[in-house]
Amino acid sequence: PPAHSRNDWIGPPDKHSNLRPVIFYVSPEESPLERRLREARQEAQACDQRFWARHNRAFRQEKEEFIYSRLKAKGLEMRDETGQKATLNAEEMADFYKDFLSKNFRKHMQYNRDWYKRNFTITFLMGQVALARALKWLRWKKKNVGN
Amino acid sequence: GLFVWHLKNTGIRQIPCQFVHLCRVANDRLITFQYFNFLKRMYVTQYNKDLSQRAKPKSDSIASPFRELQQLDQEKKVIHKIRPISPVHQPLSETSSRNELREVNSAAVAPVRAEAKEDRQWKEMKLRLDDLPGILARLSKIKLTALVVCTASAGFAMAPVPFDLTCFLLASLGTGLASCAANSINQFFEVPFDSNMNRTKNRPLVRGQISPLLAVCFAASCGVPGIALLTLGVNPLTGALGAFNIFLYTCCYTPMKRMSIANTWVGAVVGAIPPVMGWTAATGSLDAGALLLGGILYSWQFPHFNALSWGLREDYSRGGYCMMSVTHPGLCRRVALRHCLALIGLSTVAPVLDITTWTFPVISLPINLYISYLGFRFYRDADRSSSRKLFFCSLWHLPMLLLVMFTCKKSFLEKEDKGDLLGGNHGRAMEIRLP
Repeated sequence: PPAHSRNDWIGPPDKHSNLRPVIFYVSPEESPLERRLREARQEAQACDQRFWARHNRAFRQEKEEFIYSRLKAKGLEMRDETGQKATLNAEEMADFYKDFLSKNFRKHMQYNRDWYKRNFTITFLMGQVALARALKWLRWKKKNVGN
Repeated sequence: GLFVWHLKNTGIRQIPCQFVHLCRVANDRLITFQYFNFLKRMYVTQYNKDLSQRAKPKSDSIASPFRELQQLDQEKKVIHKIRPISPVHQPLSETSSRNELREVNSAAVAPVRAEAKEDRQWKEMKLRLDDLPGILARLSKIKLTALVVCTASAGFAMAPVPFDLTCFLLASLGTGLASCAANSINQFFEVPFDSNMNRTKNRPLVRGQISPLLAVCFAASCGVPGIALLTLGVNPLTGALGAFNIFLYTCCYTPMKRMSIANTWVGAVVGAIPPVMGWTAATGSLDAGALLLGGILYSWQFPHFNALSWGLREDYSRGGYCMMSVTHPGLCRRVALRHCLALIGLSTVAPVLDITTWTFPVISLPINLYISYLGFRFYRDADRSSSRKLFFCSLWHLPMLLLVMFTCKKSFLEKEDKGDLLGGNHGRAMEIRLP
């Protein structure tokens, strides 16, 4: 993002986590409340990135292993005559999807709780910051009108 | 509906998420009757845009499926580009060799490609006022909201009372606002999950086009006036139902999606409540007719959703969503078929409750039998093509069923006649009742 910009910038989805990274703008006159908000958002971003990158990597890996083991059981190779990667159809993959979902259920429950907590905290902080900024602006206006 | 008809007739077999994406893309550009001509024109203008875009240096290293197209020389004529696109697009959708289809696909690819390129850039997180209507429309899932308002209007129209235009408009507006609020909160709750699923990764909160605070404020500013409008402008019962539905959708259905497959049943109730709200808005009471209409919509949700979810199993599994199609595939198909058949039963009950005449079960039988047949095929074959057929059928089945129901509505004047044995009062009753 350009140096003169006074806003946050959001980028394309990350390759591993599919989440979009945000570069936060640090204002020179950042109040303690605003700093709390920014740090909370940065921490949340890091947590989410860690979780989803690891989770998606595990998914891809286990999917590969599943396909490999199923193909071996059927007596086929990973690549067919044309050199294309062999895949299983959706019905065969269904067992894997069901298995993966149940294996990761507890992990998701934990993540859900954390995500909801973080989401509410950050949004509430945003509300507080917005209110503080509005009051500051009103006070500034009153001062100017008074002058 | 028109859009679906066009797609069906050309036999474009898009996977559901692409279909939805295309819907969104097309809708963003205001679909018209001359869909193909429109796309042809768009295709040319998008190409002109792309030709100038290629002059920019490639700043991203993320491989795009259309990379080879970007590396073509400037001097290459537009005509030559048509051919490279079709084979690239081939693996994404099974197209026939018809030129018309290829053109449409290329034209469909062009806007998708332009959007994909835009997606790879860093964007400033600044809210622009002229983008706001589009962003809020997507946040509130405006098309789904429109469908919900339609079902509520159907409920209102089927109620056996004189038609009151003000009440009708207030009820529709209130329901629409409530639906906007519920949808916005739903998206607010699901940002990281939406980012990871193909169908939902272009939502406004995912893309950072709007802040979560603004989304919540928007939801509140829709929900509160919406429910107030329903409670004060229509009647408290409708307002209560609206508030309950928002609660059910945001606080029950949305979290339950990640906890248990029972979420589908809760979601079906959420879909069934709007017509009930329409009915109570008109009559002020919850009678059998309201419950029947709710029942019809409740049953419809199952073939609709189960068929849709069949093609999304990978995304649901990775995203951690507990859906029948992933964990209990047999149950998924059984339930879909069961409820298709239930629709036949419910249509037969309608005349018994004096809501419609006996022509309704007769006329609706063909479409109900057809969707049941597709439900049976889905149950037996359990593959992508049968699930898609069932899903697309459900999209036109519901509007048609409601339309037929309305045309077969038992006029409340007839009911007055039936209950009025004294011939002398007959004329007077009519005078009083007619607006």
